[in-house]
Amino acid sequence: MHGYSGKILHIDLTKRKSWVEPKPEAWYKIYIGGVSMAARLCWENIEVGCDPLAPGNPICIAGGLFAGTPVPVGGKYGLASKSPLTGFLGDSLSSSWFAVALKRAGWDGIVIHGASDEWVNVFVDDERVEFRKASHLLGLNTFETEEAIREELGDDQVRSATLGPAGEKMVLFANVTNDGRQAGRTGHGAVWGSKKLKALSIRGTHGVRVADPDALLKLSYDISKTAQGPYTQKYRILGTSSNVLNLNRLGLLPTRNYQQGVFEQAELISGEYMYEHYKVKTIACAQCPIACEQMRRAKDGPYAGAMTGVEYESLYAISSNLGVGDAQAAIKLIDVCDEGGMDAMSAGVTLGWAMETFERGVFTKEDFKCAKYPEGFEPNFGNAEAAVTLAELMCNREGIGDLLALGVRKASAQVDAEREAETYKWAMHVKGLETPGYDMRALKTFALGAATGTRGACHNRSAAYDVDIQGEADRFSVDETRGRHAKDSEEYAAVYDTLPLCKFIRRCFTGKADRSGAWPAIAQLINATTGWDLGYEDIDLIGERAHTIKKAFNIREGWTRADDHLPWRVQHEPMKEGPSAGYVVTEEELEYMKDLYYEAKGWTKDGLIPKEKLVALGMDDVAEEIGV
Amino acid sequence: MPTSTSKYQYVANDAQKCVGCQLCEYICSYIKTGEFNTYRSRIRTVRAEEILITSVSCRTCEDAPCVIACPRDALTQDPNTGVITVDASRCDGCAWCIEACDFGAISINPETKVGEICDLCKDLEEGPQCIKWCPKEALELTTPDRRAQRARRKLAVEEVIGPR
Repeated sequence: MHGYSGKILHIDLTKRKSWVEPKPEAWYKIYIGGVSMAARLCWENIEVGCDPLAPGNPICIAGGLFAGTPVPVGGKYGLASKSPLTGFLGDSLSSSWFAVALKRAGWDGIVIHGASDEWVNVFVDDERVEFRKASHLLGLNTFETEEAIREELGDDQVRSATLGPAGEKMVLFANVTNDGRQAGRTGHGAVWGSKKLKALSIRGTHGVRVADPDALLKLSYDISKTAQGPYTQKYRILGTSSNVLNLNRLGLLPTRNYQQGVFEQAELISGEYMYEHYKVKTIACAQCPIACEQMRRAKDGPYAGAMTGVEYESLYAISSNLGVGDAQAAIKLIDVCDEGGMDAMSAGVTLGWAMETFERGVFTKEDFKCAKYPEGFEPNFGNAEAAVTLAELMCNREGIGDLLALGVRKASAQVDAEREAETYKWAMHVKGLETPGYDMRALKTFALGAATGTRGACHNRSAAYDVDIQGEADRFSVDETRGRHAKDSEEYAAVYDTLPLCKFIRRCFTGKADRSGAWPAIAQLINATTGWDLGYEDIDLIGERAHTIKKAFNIREGWTRADDHLPWRVQHEPMKEGPSAGYVVTEEELEYMKDLYYEAKGWTKDGLIPKEKLVALGMDDVAEEIGV
Repeated sequence: MPTSTSKYQYVANDAQKCVGCQLCEYICSYIKTGEFNTYRSRIRTVRAEEILITSVSCRTCEDAPCVIACPRDALTQDPNTGVITVDASRCDGCAWCIEACDFGAISINPETKVGEICDLCKDLEEGPQCIKWCPKEALELTTPDRRAQRARRKLAVEEVIGPR
């Protein structure tokens, strides 16, 4: 078998032991790697129905098929557990050297069971597993933790996935961070924190061999050079922050907790403005010839010296969404999230909810007492200092931060119960996962993609906004094409998330990003790595299977059709101004689109998966458990 | 930092352009070992801090300290190119060359226990493969003096018309 070692490493934190599980080639052919394999490992190893923060919820890591090879943007891995935010599958991707170290240590995946009774740093040193004390690492931020471990082990090629303070305190949207990259969304950091796992470190010293190295080198070289041209220009220069002005023009830039879609200070937080005033350097993940991480540093004012990589989703959430038109405060806020180890999108959307809850009088100044402001403070929209303070409180679970650390769904439910309020009406989430930076009221195909997303509202798992924005579908209305669009988008994304390859490379194969442009090249890359003989249809199947195992996991955990919902505001409260004013997604429209979507997927009206469908995908054992 | 006074060419890194992707290490290790393994690369990227990134490989020093330090005369330097060669039959992996190198450009192969060092891909017509593969054109084959000439020119331009 090429491209795989055929071995999954199991580690039990309760019993402090480890063992090796061999997997047959047929299993890899179905699940491949990344989020698909991580989801499958979760399916196999979870105690069904368990609390996400209980020992029965495993941490499942799956390597990348191309990690450790020169295939551009293939240095990635998948991470899955049951999410404490959603109660369904939490699947994330992260990048860079950690993924390469995993591959070179000889593991296709790692499953971590149980929970430790004291803080631990698990060190996977090629074949050997060591349980190291981690109490002295507590309180260190994500970057410091990784460096401290490298120093301790005396090898600068040791790579660690770590928690910052947010993960230690089980902020429900805490991240796992490696090499300055985050396995974000869905709260993996909280799951790791519940197991007292401060860090997972890997040293991999073995070389990686592939089936046909000459072919792989030729393909990789050409893609790598193409990636220096126009197809990736957006990412290489401004980064995804270039979306700010584009979405603002369309009236889709979430502003003041989605009360508006046009931000009057958008110019001041734009990718263009950041580039001109705060540019420091562009950096790359391991094995990436594009390099999209645009490092920006605040140069004066209260946040001088704060430095972080700025990308659109974190940016909108903590700037326009909070009414903050100050790029340097935005840099500081993202930095607080990255160092603390929490998801900047969830943090921003939860802060937006808190600010609106304050402005509507449900929260008062009293609610914001803390060590820094003993009398409390007034977090109106636009108050950057309040936003920074709140982010810090959240990360440390101090004062009101303890409530906000639950994420917007749980925090609003708690406030509504205690104060007889209706803050759920402005709690922006799907299935408990905070929404991304595209206003769904006037992106109706994306609204469907977000509502049906297996991990909640996500711009990465569904890019259905593409058909809306490119005009392939009318973004203001619904029609019979939307089910197919949503299916195509999520399964296309699932192919990249499974190999995994970064989607930013998608136009560099042939200039065309669609299936006909990308699939033949991706098949060649897989075949040169594994020696298999996959064709066009097989690539489609990779995406469909990946999405199916995630959905199957959710069904087994109790998913019903009602869980595919939208935020209240998206359904009931149109924006008043701008090019997207006047629209909502009505209940009728949503249910109609869900029908179309389930039909396109080949599922039942209730959104369940027929047995024969699962069997046709080669997932017989899944069919036995949840097929209808 | 010590600086080579060499007349010889070496693979230099423009840290402004380097993004730290390590593709140079992948290709180097493949050329030399048939496997992809950055531990076995003869060019090493260094990320001292998040944004401080460069790479290091043999600087082809004149009167190279590693050659002088070797107690078994396993290292020799080509007088025309400056490329240093390790004679595997003489090297016993004592690591004196590693200690002698101010640049950290030599390593010992953990399996064979023999010193390994960049040879500028002298056996390949295309020359150093790391340069060919670098996606950001951060690597080039140059000499310290040529780098100095360029630095002077850049300075002159900046003095006249400001930084570019």
